Amino acid sequence: MAGIKIVKEDCGKEIFDQFNDICPFGAFSFENDKLDVTAACKMCKMCLKKGPAGYITLEEDEPAQKINKDDYKGVAVYVDHVEGAIHPVTLELIGKAKELAAVINHPVYALFIGHNIEKKAEELLHYGVDKVFVYDDKRLQHFVMGAYSNCFEDFINTVKPSSILVGATNAGRSLAPRVAARFHTGLTADCTVLNMKENTDLVQIRPAFGGNIMAQIVTQNNRPQFCTVRYKIFSAPERAEKATGEVVSMKMDDDKKYNSLIQIKEIIKKEKGIDISEADVIVAVGRGLKSENDLPMVQEFADAIGAEMACTRPNVENGWFDPRRQIGLSGRTVKPKIIITFGVSGSVQFAAGMRNSDYIVSVNNDPEASIFNIAHCGIVGDLYEIIPELMEMIKKNPKGNETLEQEAL
Amino acid sequence: MKILVCIKQVPGTTQVNVDPETGVLIRDGVESKMNPYDLFALETAFRLREKMGGTITTISMGPPQTTEVLEESFYMGADAGCLLTDRKFGGADVLATSYTLAQGAKKLGGFDLILCGKQTTDGDTAQVGPEMAEYLKIPHVTNVCKIDSIDDGGMTIEMNMENSLEIQMVPFPCLITVDKDIFTPRLPSYKRKISLADDVKVQMLTLKDMYDTNEKHYGLSGSATAVERIFPPESNTEKEMHEGTTREMTQVLYDILSEQKYI
Repeated sequence: MAGIKIVKEDCGKEIFDQFNDICPFGAFSFENDKLDVTAACKMCKMCLKKGPAGYITLEEDEPAQKINKDDYKGVAVYVDHVEGAIHPVTLELIGKAKELAAVINHPVYALFIGHNIEKKAEELLHYGVDKVFVYDDKRLQHFVMGAYSNCFEDFINTVKPSSILVGATNAGRSLAPRVAARFHTGLTADCTVLNMKENTDLVQIRPAFGGNIMAQIVTQNNRPQFCTVRYKIFSAPERAEKATGEVVSMKMDDDKKYNSLIQIKEIIKKEKGIDISEADVIVAVGRGLKSENDLPMVQEFADAIGAEMACTRPNVENGWFDPRRQIGLSGRTVKPKIIITFGVSGSVQFAAGMRNSDYIVSVNNDPEASIFNIAHCGIVGDLYEIIPELMEMIKKNPKGNETLEQEAL
Repeated sequence: MKILVCIKQVPGTTQVNVDPETGVLIRDGVESKMNPYDLFALETAFRLREKMGGTITTISMGPPQTTEVLEESFYMGADAGCLLTDRKFGGADVLATSYTLAQGAKKLGGFDLILCGKQTTDGDTAQVGPEMAEYLKIPHVTNVCKIDSIDDGGMTIEMNMENSLEIQMVPFPCLITVDKDIFTPRLPSYKRKISLADDVKVQMLTLKDMYDTNEKHYGLSGSATAVERIFPPESNTEKEMHEGTTREMTQVLYDILSEQKYI
């Protein structure tokens, strides 16, 4: 069995204490004076790296059968769309897929499942896709798990792509795991960095273990390798005037596979509500905000600079904010031109949702706050002192810009 | 109807830090709690049981102390609870976790509906529900924000698709993951805790209790992904730090906003 194996169980209390201090998950036990590893082990391997030598070892399985990675070619992107309207995360993933494919000299593919989508598929050829594989059928008009996952399965069996990138939309986060499990292969959610190894292993980096930790993850012995990526993590390529590549029409042999157990009854368009992911200017507050009653103070400042208000998870859990205003892994990803955070400590989940912002200004009274590791400009101070003073300055200098511009003229 | 709810024990805080010198994770007083999103799945189960009758079983995978969250589910109203615990389940990624939970669900058997929270607060992947459904070969819907109607054959639900809602009819047996706020979760009842006393016990299942006892399908061995390394997030290199009086700090912020023409 693979895992951490104890070599010398009568290690003594002192050695156990050392392991216990190192293990972030409290997975070591010392019952009856015998060192053991419990089911709490998450295989972070910290004990192997940092622990005293000679007491534990890593036991690894020989894979039952090695796959031939050369049998799989291409970096594929799932085209996320609602009735043909392509979600922009798709273009961002195509941009990244081109970079990844270039390392190993693989083609870039797109998988497009829907109805009456031929024109839209051709449009993708302006972004550098080598082949767009299209499943077009009336029964595919709306996103429905059964038929969509069957098309995905058919695509993988026919084309054998090496890597598959899926946008982490609600549909993508539902479809990707369904298909990954069908192929008993790896899927890494919400990657923030992707790189390609020469041996075609996709290097996937994401925040992990619920802490301020990044994990580098690979799928060593399974293909295809799946990952999901949030909107606004990568940049979309420029649209080229000339279309290159081709659209390939696909069809499943078994017509029954287009049917789904789930029936779509109706699609209701939501009213355009709060959407911080498109905002250019954001003011975000965190746990430093002491009371709901202090919100108007921050709101006034946000209004003065034309910003959308956003917040961290605790503020949503308190019920102070609409969940759609939450930044982070369980909220939205944002990429504004400027974001100003007040009293945000900067958990890795929060940071993952905003670290790609063009300019990050952070105000926090704790000089050690981890938000300062990612802020372009860190300001140590109390939001309750700075915001009122700032508002006074802004009010004293109304339209300061215009005055300056006039002077310049 | 027979309902299974998947719950997970997660760290009480997400503030785990890294010692910059040694690279070792620092955990101080990490308590555990039930994954907050699972409370919404549990509440959904309670509401459906009120309407349809039947039983609610909770299931979890983890070290023996995970029984705490299963017991908590009893105090809220669950009828039974099962913990899948085995050293051989350790080090599991999404694939192996889903497989283990699916095996557990098969062993317990006969569920009409499996409910999961939207995601966990420690893994944040939201993938285990759909993978479990695939292993059980039943349909699934994620991001369910409303249940419009339910009868013995199935449910009409609303799937939240960012800019639209998909109204779907899904037959039983099926698995759904519910959005936060589908219902307001109830608190554990102290009265129930007292009255239950030791009557309800968590059922423990280990590898040898499963239909599939091949240990290569579980834990680290059954995982497709491997963590190559963990490291603290990179810091932004072009950063400037300002410390001083409130007056000076306000001026810094004012100058940035003014320079970038926001005021």
